[in-house]
Amino acid sequence: MAYLIESDSGTWEVVIGLEVHAQVSSRAKLFSGSPTDFGAKPNTQVSLVDAAMPGMLPVINEICVEQAVRTGLGLNAQINLHSVFERKNYFYADLPQGYQISQYQYPIVGEGTVVLDMPDGTTREIGIERLHMEQDAGKSMHDQDPKRSFIDLNRAGVCLMEIVSKPDLRSPEEAGIYVRKLRSIMRYLGSCDGNMEQGSLRADVNVSVRLQGETDFRTRAEIKNVNSVRFIMQAIEVEATRQVDVWESGDEVVQETRLFDPNRSETRSMRAKEFAHDYRYFPDPDLLPLDLDQTYVDDIAAKLPELPDAKKDRFIVDYGLSAYDAGVLVADKETALFFEEAAEGRNAKLAVNWLTTNLFGALNAAGKEITESPISATHLGGLLDLLADGTISSRIAKDVFEEMFQTSRDPAAIIEEKGLKQITDTGAIEAAVDAAIISNPEQADQVRDGNDKAIGWFVGQVMKATQGKANPQAVNELLQTRLKG
Amino acid sequence: MGKLNDLTIAEARDGLAAGDFSAAELTEDCITAMEAARNLNAFITETPEIARERAATSDARRARGEALGALDGIPIAVKDLFCTTGTLTSAASHILDGFTPTYESTVSQNLINAGAVILGKTNLDEFAMGSANITSYYGNVKNPWIGPNGEDLVPGGSSGGSATAVAANICPGSIGTDTGGSIRQPASLCGVVGMKPTYGRCSRWGTVAFASSLDQAGPFARTVRDNALMLEGMAGHDPKDSTSAPIDVPNFEASISGDLKGLTVGIPEEYTLDGMPEEIQALWDQGAAWMREVGAEIKPVSLPHTKYALPAYYIVAPAEASSNLARYDGVRYGLRVEGATLDEMYENTRGSGFGAEVRRRVMIGTYVLSAGYYDAYYVKAQQVRTIILNEFNTVFEDVDVLLTPTAPNAAFPIGAKMDDPVAMYLNDVFTVPANMAGLPGISVPAGLDKSGLPLGLQIVAKPFDEETMLRAADALERAANFTAKPRYLGGQ
Repeated sequence: MAYLIESDSGTWEVVIGLEVHAQVSSRAKLFSGSPTDFGAKPNTQVSLVDAAMPGMLPVINEICVEQAVRTGLGLNAQINLHSVFERKNYFYADLPQGYQISQYQYPIVGEGTVVLDMPDGTTREIGIERLHMEQDAGKSMHDQDPKRSFIDLNRAGVCLMEIVSKPDLRSPEEAGIYVRKLRSIMRYLGSCDGNMEQGSLRADVNVSVRLQGETDFRTRAEIKNVNSVRFIMQAIEVEATRQVDVWESGDEVVQETRLFDPNRSETRSMRAKEFAHDYRYFPDPDLLPLDLDQTYVDDIAAKLPELPDAKKDRFIVDYGLSAYDAGVLVADKETALFFEEAAEGRNAKLAVNWLTTNLFGALNAAGKEITESPISATHLGGLLDLLADGTISSRIAKDVFEEMFQTSRDPAAIIEEKGLKQITDTGAIEAAVDAAIISNPEQADQVRDGNDKAIGWFVGQVMKATQGKANPQAVNELLQTRLKG
Repeated sequence: MGKLNDLTIAEARDGLAAGDFSAAELTEDCITAMEAARNLNAFITETPEIARERAATSDARRARGEALGALDGIPIAVKDLFCTTGTLTSAASHILDGFTPTYESTVSQNLINAGAVILGKTNLDEFAMGSANITSYYGNVKNPWIGPNGEDLVPGGSSGGSATAVAANICPGSIGTDTGGSIRQPASLCGVVGMKPTYGRCSRWGTVAFASSLDQAGPFARTVRDNALMLEGMAGHDPKDSTSAPIDVPNFEASISGDLKGLTVGIPEEYTLDGMPEEIQALWDQGAAWMREVGAEIKPVSLPHTKYALPAYYIVAPAEASSNLARYDGVRYGLRVEGATLDEMYENTRGSGFGAEVRRRVMIGTYVLSAGYYDAYYVKAQQVRTIILNEFNTVFEDVDVLLTPTAPNAAFPIGAKMDDPVAMYLNDVFTVPANMAGLPGISVPAGLDKSGLPLGLQIVAKPFDEETMLRAADALERAANFTAKPRYLGGQ
């Protein structure tokens, strides 16, 4: 669905490119052995290297390299066997070396593709320009003291992957789906936990607008360091609107860095001086170029887990799911795993419904993730079995589900304990039906006179009398025979 | 018996092994010599207590029959560019005021592990930038040799303190670093043997960086044999330095055989400079003749791009330095001069913390890396570097080592060449190519100029072929039979 902005001079489309900074999941930093745990006390995860003490040298963490290669493969991208770490020079108090070690001319990963699953079941291909590895800086805290700034170097040197998209995104929605898809791929790979609250995933958002039909790009603005999917989408909306207004008023959009302020729902220009850097990139002489051999890459490729796109295709084929259902299930690795456990050897569509409608609903209401679900996949599967073999009706199943969600217990045990087994004994159902007819002669006459709605009323009465345990279909058939047959 | 500090490392090793004297006695003589030589200003920090303690430990070890090797109990001096646990490490800069590392550089730790006794930290040009040891925040070092009119001379640089300590017989060995000639040039000017090993032979971890792709630690001593012993104690692969070579350390002393039969020595034509003193050319010719006499074949070779090595060096080295020195920002250690804003604090700290030569090189380096100039300067210089390396590789298909002068002049008076940085930079013209190509080079004192000042000749060898280099240097040393003494030791 096209995202367009109407104005006096015509219809504008939005052109978006994202630079996503993803923190690599690794125990140690990119060039030092310091731990990377989130939430540690300030300056407790800082080595001599991280603090840039004189004479300290970086040594590459091979796990980070492997994670970058894995991620590159997950993005269907070119893995560059030769890449180079360079120094990006600038002064800031939370950058101890006075330079950030990053990849510049020769990144470890080149062009690739990410497939977006759109809500209407279609897909969109978004190009990846490159992925490179770099060090994170430390954290400056300006609010701890009236006069001084404090520096926490725990993050300094942590490995980030910067994933740069091509300017292929055309709406805030696409941008949101793109970030979620990247996160999903990296979580499948285990290369980034994708935790935006902890800063594991941040994005710089490049936005420009152009009149529909224009083939060249107009000047873009870069919105720095946006840290949630929702904010990314909002920032694009307000920035695109701002740019359309600028062009409409006869001015020109200037290439600059802006900040998104979610409270005021606006983007603001950052002081030009702060970013008028000449970074003086040059190859870091403390590090050798990173030269990988193809066998190394092939070995990693051979050990990759099944990724969302492949899993989606398999779910469609193996379980007969719709593209949409399959897309929803594979978006999150844990959900996909849960589904497969619950659906294996059962009615997959029923499993999808129970999972996406009932379980997702309950989890949402409780503010829980699928990994925290009180109902295990095995128990949900068990519930499906009890439904399938007629032990319980779907109405009873809903009650059992509630109970399962509260107590995490086995559905069979709940049914046994509460006597919720469906009544399959025809005699008992007959007795209940007869009792209902005798007690309600007027309604019985209405049915006999051809009022079919009244049959539904009788079914309800019988179900009530049996506490829902009677098979509704059997009740219906009996009523038909008794009253009309 | 004379003073023990006059002994070479090999002699002291034998004396210690024979029980003629103890490491404590040897160290005490060296401490006395160090204290007596304070007017030379060779040391920034003296650590006599640490030395006495280590000497005692060495003696105890030897008494238990657990003596380590040639360096066990040998007093040495360490350039104040190597970080040393608990001892001020200054890089001769105001900006590192009060900086006392909590860690020991790999090279000095290797020496400590070999039993060496560190006497103190020697003076140098600030951040190793200089060829005369006159840019030190702690004042210039005086060469133990005296000028013809009694004037004080520079010891060369940047490792002037380490060269002086050995030349003045304060200790038999010392260590320095060589980025463009900072070991070999002062060795030549002070009349001692100094070596820059192959890039990657010694770890750079814990050594204050000047230009990372060129910096290499190496030894000073009074003989080639002692250089071999020192190198063996310093070298070795270090996983903490990604550019350190993962190769074993050979028995360097064993490579000194005294025999040059079958060895081909190349004489690079382009090392003949216009205006080079005649006596340097004569000494160089003499050196070739000596080597021929002991069985080497002498062969003229051509290294046409050598003339670009020095200009290219003065792009690459400042470029790396401008980035390496960014960490001295007043935030975490060393000097801080407050300012109203962070930027002001940086300006105040770095403006007063760095001396003029360091500031000059930081500015040159910043300039050559900046947008619009990077390709014209830095990229071009790296291309020149590749050509120089290829030329050396080609030449080394035909010859085993190269013989060149070490420096274009003998020691000069303190204060000379101060107005013209380029004239000062020219002191490294013969030494810089080996740094640009990562090759090992050694300077051996080979003669005196007409003022009676020492001149060195340089042997350059293939990468990681220090053994052949030492063999050739030893032969040169024997032939030259350099016995002259500086005025400080009663000579001249």
